[in-house]
Amino acid sequence: MQTGKQLIPHLFRTEYSKITAVLARLFGFEHIEIAEDIASDTFLLAAETWGIKGIPENPVAWLYTVAKNRAKDHLKHNAIFSDKVVIHIQKTNTELHELEIDLSPQNIVDSQLQMMFAICNPAINTEAQIGLSLRILCGFGIEEIADAFLSNKETINKRLFRAKEKLRKEKVKIEFPKPSEINYRVQAVLTTLYLLFNEGYYSLSQNSTLRKDLCFEAMRLNFLLVENKSTNIPSANALLSLMCFHASRFEARTNTNGEIVLYEDQDTSLWDNELITQGEFYLNKAAEGNEISKYHFEAAIAYWHTKKNNNPDKWENILQLYNKLLLIEYSPIAALNRTYALARANGKPIAIKEAEKLKLDNNHLYYSLLGYLYTDVDNEKALAHLKTALSLAKSKTDKEMIMKSIDKIR
Amino acid sequence: MKEFILLFRNASSNAPQLTPEQMKEISKPWQDWMGSLAAQNKIVNIGARLANEGATVKPEDVVTDGPYAEIKEILLGFTIIKADTLEEAIELSKGCPVLAMGGNVEVRPIVQMNS
Repeated sequence: MQTGKQLIPHLFRTEYSKITAVLARLFGFEHIEIAEDIASDTFLLAAETWGIKGIPENPVAWLYTVAKNRAKDHLKHNAIFSDKVVIHIQKTNTELHELEIDLSPQNIVDSQLQMMFAICNPAINTEAQIGLSLRILCGFGIEEIADAFLSNKETINKRLFRAKEKLRKEKVKIEFPKPSEINYRVQAVLTTLYLLFNEGYYSLSQNSTLRKDLCFEAMRLNFLLVENKSTNIPSANALLSLMCFHASRFEARTNTNGEIVLYEDQDTSLWDNELITQGEFYLNKAAEGNEISKYHFEAAIAYWHTKKNNNPDKWENILQLYNKLLLIEYSPIAALNRTYALARANGKPIAIKEAEKLKLDNNHLYYSLLGYLYTDVDNEKALAHLKTALSLAKSKTDKEMIMKSIDKIR
Repeated sequence: MKEFILLFRNASSNAPQLTPEQMKEISKPWQDWMGSLAAQNKIVNIGARLANEGATVKPEDVVTDGPYAEIKEILLGFTIIKADTLEEAIELSKGCPVLAMGGNVEVRPIVQMNS
């Protein structure tokens, strides 16, 4: 039997964001804090009431009823707010006579999708977009967001406050973009989801449960996009495919001490076949239509990484995909990964020549790669590069990984 | 950073239709070379590969068949790269697969509109 103490945090995650999205859509983005307050109050009341009377038969329905009543109360007792909001509501729905708060599954999904478009707005920087997404779309607590960003509550609170101010100033609306703008607007959402996923996947936070949650939330939001007819575009499918492939290695990429296990050293029996199959499904969906995005190439690269055999063919395919990805969009990490694939496909000597052209002099990963390439070719040079890498690396995890490579040579 | 256009030229040939296998063999060095330039963040515009057929339009309504009526070699394609100096652009061109085919690369700085 679940107790209120266990159930409430779980429901908070799933239901807080739904209530907030529906109410904020009804009130307009300028009143988003009122929507958040009503959602928070609802959970506060749940904690009090359920502690005394026990958990109701249908906790979600209970929460929705309370949220609806709180919203109506608020409108009744705040004449100024009420006037503004009623005008807003009448504008959006002319048939409305009495305030109806629609917490049906369809309206929840629509509201959350529209909220995604409102938040993933280039007017605020990507960190603010991710922070707001975590709070408003994923129901994360401020403390959890601070943990994910290796920051503190105060900083995160300030950042979210400023972001909301900015969006209000920009008069951001919680609505679906025009059909002609969908493609362009979805790209902004995908960028945020991609970064949100990476924040979880590559985060330096020691809290591995939290990191997985970040990834799964990015996947859940991405799933909302592909489930909706107007936003189900190839690049959205490609990104979801990429996330599925990466997530399939969750269990294999850290050991029991929480340390990172390199791809080459992973126990492949820990790879999640169900997620790999899902990744393949969305990769096929991504191939429908003419659009080809960087997510397509990244997903295809991730697809080849799910293959357990290590024949040169696999790495040749990965190399060619990196060649194409780099022609769409340069990034230092893609350049480094391309060079690694080149070594696996065509041998270290060729890759060393290419690596020395990259000149990513301040990047510890660059020297780690050079260290790897020179290992068993010229161990003295390998050691020198790894020592440079060690001096440039900032995080404990990175330093430990480099130390391991150094120990292997010695 | 300045921009340079690389013009790839080779002797015109009436090569027979290539099999997909042969096509793959020819395109791999190109993909690797372009990938290498891209990994160095030197590509401005990937450019294009040009078909063999075409026409040349001349004054007084004269149109000749194909681009190669009077010249021995034809333009195969082009790419735009960025480099600090002409010397660097020349260095980057030295790995071009057209050279292994007996062709050549013409490296020309692009004149910026505002200069």
